[in-house]
Amino acid sequence: MATDIIIHDKKDNVGVVVIEKITPKQDCACWIMEDDSSTNIQSVDEIPLGHKIAMVDLKEGDTILKYGHDIGKVVKSIKKGEHVHVHNVKTKKW
Amino acid sequence: MEIPKSFLGYKRENGRAGTRNHVIILPVDDISNACAEAVANNIKGTIALPHSYGRLQFGADLELHFRTMIGTGCNPNVAAVIVIGIEPKWTKKIVDGIAKTGKPVEGFHIERTGDIGTTMNASKKAQEFVMWASEKQREECPLSDLWISVKCGESDTTSGLAANPTVGNLMDKLEPLGVHLCFGETSELTGAEQVCATRGATKEASEKFMKTWSSYNDFILKEATDDLSESQPTAGNIAGGLTTIEEKAFGNFQKIGNCKFIDVLEPAEEPTKGKGLYFMDTSSAAAECVTLQAAAGFNIHLFPTGQGNIVGNPIEPVVKLTANPLTVKGMGEHIDCDVSKILSREMNLSEAGDELIKTTLRVANGRLTCAEALGHKEFVMTKLYRSA
Repeated sequence: MATDIIIHDKKDNVGVVVIEKITPKQDCACWIMEDDSSTNIQSVDEIPLGHKIAMVDLKEGDTILKYGHDIGKVVKSIKKGEHVHVHNVKTKKW
Repeated sequence: MEIPKSFLGYKRENGRAGTRNHVIILPVDDISNACAEAVANNIKGTIALPHSYGRLQFGADLELHFRTMIGTGCNPNVAAVIVIGIEPKWTKKIVDGIAKTGKPVEGFHIERTGDIGTTMNASKKAQEFVMWASEKQREECPLSDLWISVKCGESDTTSGLAANPTVGNLMDKLEPLGVHLCFGETSELTGAEQVCATRGATKEASEKFMKTWSSYNDFILKEATDDLSESQPTAGNIAGGLTTIEEKAFGNFQKIGNCKFIDVLEPAEEPTKGKGLYFMDTSSAAAECVTLQAAAGFNIHLFPTGQGNIVGNPIEPVVKLTANPLTVKGMGEHIDCDVSKILSREMNLSEAGDELIKTTLRVANGRLTCAEALGHKEFVMTKLYRSA
């Protein structure tokens, strides 16, 4: 089955879109690299190739996990299936 | 895949081997560029390496200048060198440094002779050097003569998912065969620095890494006027889906696979602890980083990109790979190795690593890289601070 989203680590709360784009309310097939498992998610937003989707609901102050590691903090609450990017996540460095 | 045990390289006087056979015209300073370029224009088959610095530098910045100049001349991809500077003293210092390799090198200074006389004198010597070098033949060299540097650029999330892990897979397969490996980009490990430190082969290497990273981070914090959101990640990174420096760093870090680094090098410092992986303290700007790695003696470079960085280097061939299908489609003339099938899961990481090994060896054996064919020769000196 074609993969729409790849997730690095099973701890991650975001996945990466690997098709040209996903459209709102699309049922997406996700592949978790770490343990070669699969899951599904329905998108809320249109999200282009390479951009991230929230796999769970996230609230302000939550930590984004990717590669199983902390990659920044949520600055505006994010619903499962929404686009995760610079509008709702910021660095904890610098 | 069975990995070939050798490649066809140019054996040099000091025992190293080159993947290229360049005769370079190396200006010591900015004001000698015109003369160096005139010589390279006169004598076909030579290349000038113009740059912006070399006057009134002092302290660690001047040391780095000399290390980069001398190291560039010493690189085994270089058969012979003409050095041209305004003054005799610094010109001679660089000539003497390069001469230790045993390769032909001669210096010319412009003061008292002028551009035209110097161009004539240097052109005569350059002609002699290039005709001598043109008779050099490629010979079978052990794979361990490859010194492979890596740096990624215009990264996006496909870099961390696939292109960078492909480089990591190559490292895991080639490290046991005795090659030298080098990664850098101190600032772009920010967020992954603690994890990176655990990959030091010794306690000393780990501590040296943390000291180097902290020093670079302190410098950024001191100079920063904002959160660096205009610079790190870059607009290209953000367009490609990268959100924070931490995310970029963990993607970047995939390039070393499961290898451990045995030492931390100063910018442009030649590794001296034998085969294996080294970390070099470099800027994360592509041309600056590759120039420093080439000056440390690395003879082939692997450059994974997401959105499509186009950098090249005058002496070290830069092999580009990408996993982004839109980049392959839109700017395929820059991509030496396409690993975009990883994203559609039609290719696994090990197959991608094998493809990259094959491409690397073809380039080591003489195949031009895309960047070479397109004329990319970015030679960019790292300057640490203002001149006196």
